[in-house]
Amino acid sequence: MLEKEKLQKIRKSEDNWEKETVQEALAKFKERQEAFSYKSDDFLLDRIYTPLALRNLDYERDIGFPGEYPFTRGVQPTMYRGKLWTMRQYAGFGTAEESNRRYKYLLEKGQTGLSVAFDLPTQIGYDSDDPFAEGEVGRVGVAIDSLADMEVLFKDIPLDKVSTSMTINAPAAILLAMYIVMAEKQGVRIEQLRGTIQNDILKEYAARGTYIFPPKPSMRLITNIFEYCSRNMPKWNSISVSGYHIREAGATAVQELAFTIANGIAYVEAAIKAGMDVDDFAGRISFFFNAHNDLLEEVAKFRAARKIWAKIMRERFEAKNPRSWKLRFHTQTAGSTLTAQQPDNNIVRVTIQTLAAVFGGTQSLHTNSRDEALALPSEESARLALRTQQIVAYESGITEIVDPLAGSYYIERLTLEIEERVNAYIKKIDAMGGAVRAIENGYIQKEIADSAYTYQKEIEAGKRIVVGVNKFQEEEETTMEGLLRVDPAVGEEQVKRLLKLKESRDNVAVQNKLADLRKAAQGEENLMPYILEAVRLYATEGEICNVLREVFGKYRPVEIL
Amino acid sequence: MSENRIRVLVAKPGLDGHDRGAKVIARALRDAGMEVIYTGLRQTPEQIVAAAIQEDVDVVAMSLLSGAHNHLFPRVVELLKKKNAEDVLVIGGGIIPEEDIPYLKEKGISEIFTPGTYTGSVVEYIRNNIKRKL
Repeated sequence: MLEKEKLQKIRKSEDNWEKETVQEALAKFKERQEAFSYKSDDFLLDRIYTPLALRNLDYERDIGFPGEYPFTRGVQPTMYRGKLWTMRQYAGFGTAEESNRRYKYLLEKGQTGLSVAFDLPTQIGYDSDDPFAEGEVGRVGVAIDSLADMEVLFKDIPLDKVSTSMTINAPAAILLAMYIVMAEKQGVRIEQLRGTIQNDILKEYAARGTYIFPPKPSMRLITNIFEYCSRNMPKWNSISVSGYHIREAGATAVQELAFTIANGIAYVEAAIKAGMDVDDFAGRISFFFNAHNDLLEEVAKFRAARKIWAKIMRERFEAKNPRSWKLRFHTQTAGSTLTAQQPDNNIVRVTIQTLAAVFGGTQSLHTNSRDEALALPSEESARLALRTQQIVAYESGITEIVDPLAGSYYIERLTLEIEERVNAYIKKIDAMGGAVRAIENGYIQKEIADSAYTYQKEIEAGKRIVVGVNKFQEEEETTMEGLLRVDPAVGEEQVKRLLKLKESRDNVAVQNKLADLRKAAQGEENLMPYILEAVRLYATEGEICNVLREVFGKYRPVEIL
Repeated sequence: MSENRIRVLVAKPGLDGHDRGAKVIARALRDAGMEVIYTGLRQTPEQIVAAAIQEDVDVVAMSLLSGAHNHLFPRVVELLKKKNAEDVLVIGGGIIPEEDIPYLKEKGISEIFTPGTYTGSVVEYIRNNIKRKL
């Protein structure tokens, strides 16, 4: 029988099934809702999906094989049969000593990579003694003022074996420089270093808020890092283009992909404009996505992401090296889905989200802790979150086949649907002049805020159920014991340490290096070598950022409600 | 009557960039008929108080998820007092551990709203507790 005839036959059978079997069932009991749609978007869902849903799909063209273009089924041919994802828990708080202890604890419990959380003053380029830092030192991450703190943070951790991810954006060049010099002092050569620097300023403007400089000099710093890494750090990811925070701020799954990929396009364009060849840096671009509760939508999202990026890199940017086509990504489970009510329920949410990330083919994963709607994770909660990944990895069996959900009529249909919707957004953003413009004019922020508000209204109207919040509440809330508290004395301790450093270093040499950096910033050179020299002499992060703030100015956001 | 509309300053003190909650609350208050001014990110207590006085608001609603609430929220109340603006209702929200709430209330923050709060309860709280006669 011809393919077309086969499909016609299925269509006829489906019609009959609808008219007879389904109607008969509906006459006895109605469905729970008039219509079902994807919770994070407005897709109306069919009752079932059949081969008809895939009639326009070409297996070789649209799905293909793992490790081959367009990578819908994964970036590696053997995926988790070869190597499990990196289990990488985002951690850091208080002083460098405390965080160093937490890292060693996590490594001892079987974590396979590190991920550094910096405190807000570090992320925004203020030293711990700056008035702006008051009350924030060591709160949401570790306080790093200089190379001296970085040396303590990674003491006795073998950097030639462990890979490190650093969530740092506006001052990424400075923290990267500190990491390089610290590793060198440990005896690890720069080309051996493995890891990722987030270095994604556009999503800071759009969703996360730790910007410092205006877009133009920020994009320059990013391309400076691309260029430096492509020459010196073959195993280092020079950016992690992040949808995670865009989703956390309220975006839908489609918006998460669309805005992230639009940002990715902007970075590639900036680097090409700065004179780089696309294949010199594209292979070191990595991504970072969110894993939400809608399991199947998330799986389709990850599959679509790989396919969309591969096509953009090959067709739009004409990258020749297959490495440049591959979208490799880190995943974190969705913090915004966690509830303060009945916090142990969060363990179950995180498990579902972990399944989404693994079915979606992630390269590394952070699982959130059950207490994160209340505080930073306690040691016990952090261990439980890591154990959740380990149970999925070693007990669930889903790691033993590559892309096991492929071929599901529904998953393939949804992958295609998401791809189309994301491409429509990208087209719209291109027409506005690209992601930088779409952020400057507030379009992306407005889209995200609209979705966040809709989501909240759905919860309040009971259209979206959150167990323990708007259904199945407990009269008496159980309080969680043993929450982590950051010692308020951390700030003072850190300031003391900083003052001592400033007394013991060669201050004349530091001032000279800062003057060199200022001159270079006013020109067009790559700033990485200047920052490295300043950092090596223990110039502080705040001092370096102050020089750059003076030359580059500060970003002034548009506030969109 | 616009003069009788409740005026609210939604503020983000400190360096925290999480503004999803602040924006959702701002929209909900606006939809409930209030006049809402949003400060944007990274406001010092001094800036927040200056804006509150300049805009002649009835309520300052602060959102903070970085853990610096014990430091920053009371500072705003103190500065309002200094400027003789004690009639402004001050409320806060964010990732705030239960055990910190008594301290914050003692320092003059009238109410603290934690994750899972309905926007409707914030609206109602403001309407019932505003210090100016409408």
